[in-house]
Parts: sequence; C-alpha cells; structure tokens
Amino acid sequence: MLSFENVGLRYGSGGEILSDLAFSVAPRSFQFLTGPSGAGKTTLLKLVLMSLKPTRGRITLFGKDTETLDKDAVTDIRRRIGVVFQDFRLLEHLTLYENVALPLRVIGREETIYRAEVLELLRWVGLEERIASRPSVLSGGEKQRAAIARALIVRPELLLADEPTGNLDPTLARRLLRLFVELHKSGTSVVIATHDLALMDQYESARRLVLADGRLHVFE
Amino acid sequence: MRARAGWCSRMGGCMSSNEANSPAAARRPATVPSRAAREAALEETLGRETPLVPTSSIAGRSLVIVIAIMTFLAALSAGAALMVADASVDWRREVAREASVQIRLLPGRDIEADVSRATAVLVAAEGVRDVRVYSKAESEALLAPWLGQGLDLAELPAPRMIVVKLDDGRRADLDALRRELAQAVPSAALDDHRLWVERLGQMARTVVAVAALVFVLIVVAMGLAVAFATRAAMVGNREIIEVLHLVGAADKYIAQQFQRRFLALGLKGGLIGGASAMGFFLLSGYLASRWTATPDGDQLEAMFGRFSLGPLGFTVVGAIAAAAGLLTGFMSQEIVFRQLRRLDRAE
Repeated sequence: MLSFENVGLRYGSGGEILSDLAFSVAPRSFQFLTGPSGAGKTTLLKLVLMSLKPTRGRITLFGKDTETLDKDAVTDIRRRIGVVFQDFRLLEHLTLYENVALPLRVIGREETIYRAEVLELLRWVGLEERIASRPSVLSGGEKQRAAIARALIVRPELLLADEPTGNLDPTLARRLLRLFVELHKSGTSVVIATHDLALMDQYESARRLVLADGRLHVFE
Repeated sequence: MRARAGWCSRMGGCMSSNEANSPAAARRPATVPSRAAREAALEETLGRETPLVPTSSIAGRSLVIVIAIMTFLAALSAGAALMVADASVDWRREVAREASVQIRLLPGRDIEADVSRATAVLVAAEGVRDVRVYSKAESEALLAPWLGQGLDLAELPAPRMIVVKLDDGRRADLDALRRELAQAVPSAALDDHRLWVERLGQMARTVVAVAALVFVLIVVAMGLAVAFATRAAMVGNREIIEVLHLVGAADKYIAQQFQRRFLALGLKGGLIGGASAMGFFLLSGYLASRWTATPDGDQLEAMFGRFSLGPLGFTVVGAIAAAAGLLTGFMSQEIVFRQLRRLDRAE
C-alpha cells in the first residue's frame, strides 16, 4: 500500500532532515509513528500526502511511484487517503456539516445523496448538535473530532492522523483511539503520528515507527 | 471508496452518548443551541452549499466598481464609434447625391449663354434628377463668407454655380458628363465632391479606429485588473486551496470555485456599467433632440447624426456588459487553473 525506499529530504542546500527512510505500510495494518517533537513526523506525513517531494529515494503509493504521477493521478490517490491534520485545517467559513462533507463535495457528489451518511458520521463522533456551527465556536476537542470525521467520510484505504489526540483529555483520547482501532478492523490502514506514549501503550500490539535524528526505526 | 454502513452500528455505538460527562464536554463553550434553534439551523444548513472561496476574501466591491467603470468606458467608445460610422455613411451618401458645376467668366464669352448651355447638357444627362441654377446674386452671396458683406461684386468675375441633384436609382456617368460639359462650355468645371467624400470617409475611419483602439485598451486593462484580483484572491485563499487539494479536489474543480465568484462579480460590474452606458446614451439622445433647433445642436447632429444609439447600438452595449462578466469569469478560471498547474508539489 505504501512503501519508502531510501528516502531522504533536505530543504535547500542544508543537511538532510530525513535520511534513508525505508519502511512499508501493509493493507489493514495499524502503526504509530512516533518520536520527539521536531523529529519530522509531520514532514514524513507530508511526503506520503505528496505535499513534499523527497530529494532522493522512492515513495510508492498504491503500487505507483509518486515521482511519475501527473496531477490527476495525485488527486486520484489523495482521494484514497484520509488525513487528520494536527491543526485540524477546517475551513472557517463553512459549517461543521459542510466541512465534514467537503471530500464528497469536491468529487461532485450531490448533497442529497451524502446527507444521511454525513449526519450519521457526525452522530458517531458526537457532533450532531453542532452541524450548523462554524469551527470558530467549537472547542479543540470538537474540532479534532470534526477533522477526524472529515478524514473518514470517504472511507479511506489509508488514514493518516497527525497528533489526533493532542487536544483531547485522556478519556476522550482513549475513546478516539478505540475508534481508530475499530476503523482499522473494518479494513483501513492507520498511521497515527503521536508522541503520546500513554496513548501508544493502550494498543501495544500496534507497530511502532520511531523517528529520531532524521532516521526511522521500525518496531514490529 | 467502499460499501456504506451505519457508522454508529458498525463502530459499536456513537461517541455522544458517553461523552456528555467527559472533561471535553465540560470545556465545550456554553453556546450549545436549544433544540428548536438546532432544528432551524439544521434545515438551514442542509442542502446549502456555501461557496468554497469566501466572498469576503475577494476585494469584491472594488472589482465590481473597476469592471463597471471599464464596461461603461468600453460601451461609450463602442457607441461613439457606431454613431460616427452611421453618421459618416449618411454624410457620404448625402454628399455623393450632389454635384456642382462652376462656370467661370472667360474673356469674350457670354456667361449667361454658357450657363444656359451647361444647364441644357445637365438636364439632358442620364441620372440627373434636378438642376438648380444659382442666380448671379446667389452666386455672389456664396462668396460673402470669404469677401465680407456689402461689397459690390459687379466688377469682379464671380463664377456662376449650378447645383445638380443626382438620381439614387440611376447612376450618372460623371466622367462622360464632364467631357460633354467641357465640349459645350469650356469654362465649366464639374465637381462631384469626391475629395470631400474621401476625406469624410477617412475621418470616419480614423475616429472608428481610435475608438476601437480605446476599446481594446479598456478590455486589456479590465483583464489585467481581473488577473491581479484573481492572483490576490489565490494568495489570500492559499490555505483553502491546500486543504481542497489534500481532500482530493482536482485543479479544475478549484478553478471553477474561483470562476463562480468572479463570474458573479463580473456580471454585476458589467450590468452596472452597461446600464449606466445605456442611460448615458438615452439621456444624450434626449438632450440632443432638445438642442436640435440650436446652432450647437445642428453641429452636433452633423457630426454624430442624431446623437442617439439605435437598437443595434443598445444590443452592442448589452453584449459588452455580458462579455465583461463572462470575460471576468473565464479569465479568473484560466489564471487559477494555470497557477495551480504551475505549482510544484513542494508547497
């Protein structure tokens, strides 16, 4: 599903901030991507999302070398990936309902067709009472859940979550982790970037990808 | 995308039931709406598609004003060109319908006899509708603007003038007529006003060309204004564009979102500018019609005809207004599309 082969990344003429990354993510797998703050977790996720180009090495997504993809192919692949951003990236001028429905709207689905699905998902993440609210009036936890709902609405084959529990209290963080695990069990590959050791300890059977000093260590 | 199933049933329940007592719920702002308010909000939000490019993120009012002004000026230049072109056709047609014969006084010749001979030739000629012989006094009066009033011209060899009205239906062979006149009256000179017609035509073409150039410059300026506004809107909405890309929006889809916003602004500006131009021409026509009896009005009418646009002119102004809107929408879409295509994946 996803593989990195000797991937390196540097900005400008500086030294490599990520070096010799080599790992793969299998279908229906669950892994934590961890490491200290500033280790490059978000940068690695950006490489997966093709927001950044590696300066060397090869990244393969769904069997395709990302270097050779044209923009339409990049768009097609992004539609198979759900992503939860650390800073949520909800669109402030849209309602919560519209934010969650955004991935369906941009692929041309009719609102009447996806309405029930979006409402059900919002109910699942406990935000059915806030569907008409703008992100600016939501709490951090609510924004987090809205971002998760937006990532899940297309039932992605690969879910990338960047510090998804960073704004949540331990109780809610546990509940969200359980949701990710349920999602994984239903067939989605999940990569959660976090430096929350307590969170990872709750799901010890998950694979751990540890980033440190620009290098990645895999613990099966 | 895979098969659908209910999220709550599939995932073993919904979060909301247990979350009510969580610390997160306690942190939730105390602005949770009432049930009635929620239902009203639900009805309002469902089925609505807020524009993905926020209205406030585009300098909309300024752009509408710029497009309105540009459309107004473009419509004015096009309208003026149309009026001059129409008027020049009238001038040329009017001048071409007339010719004049000048008979000079030559030593040893009876000018009255020459006038009679020339008149006879003209009356008999094919394509001549009417011949009017100016009397000696009338011919001398024609010189008054140059020589002044009150002079006794009796001793001067003032030429005599014959005005010939040509038939629209049967074209007169003026070269043959000129030869025939020269044989009958050696001092007769036929002027078919060709020089005037050519000069009028040249002047009209120049005015129309200048108006067309002004029109093109206005359109280019409007295009540049739209381009700047579109680029500024793209910079202002960079984060939205990035999010749209990451949730799977194609470049074309994003470009269409910008196009919708700019098309609406362009049509609004075009409508205001076009309506203002139509109002201007209507008012000008009305005022010109009231001045027609005055010398100024006559001069104005001589230059611009009736100084009002016909149905064709108003159609052209309407088309310019619509084109301004369409051009704005099309340009913004193309600019956004090209910019997005150029954007490297390394953002």
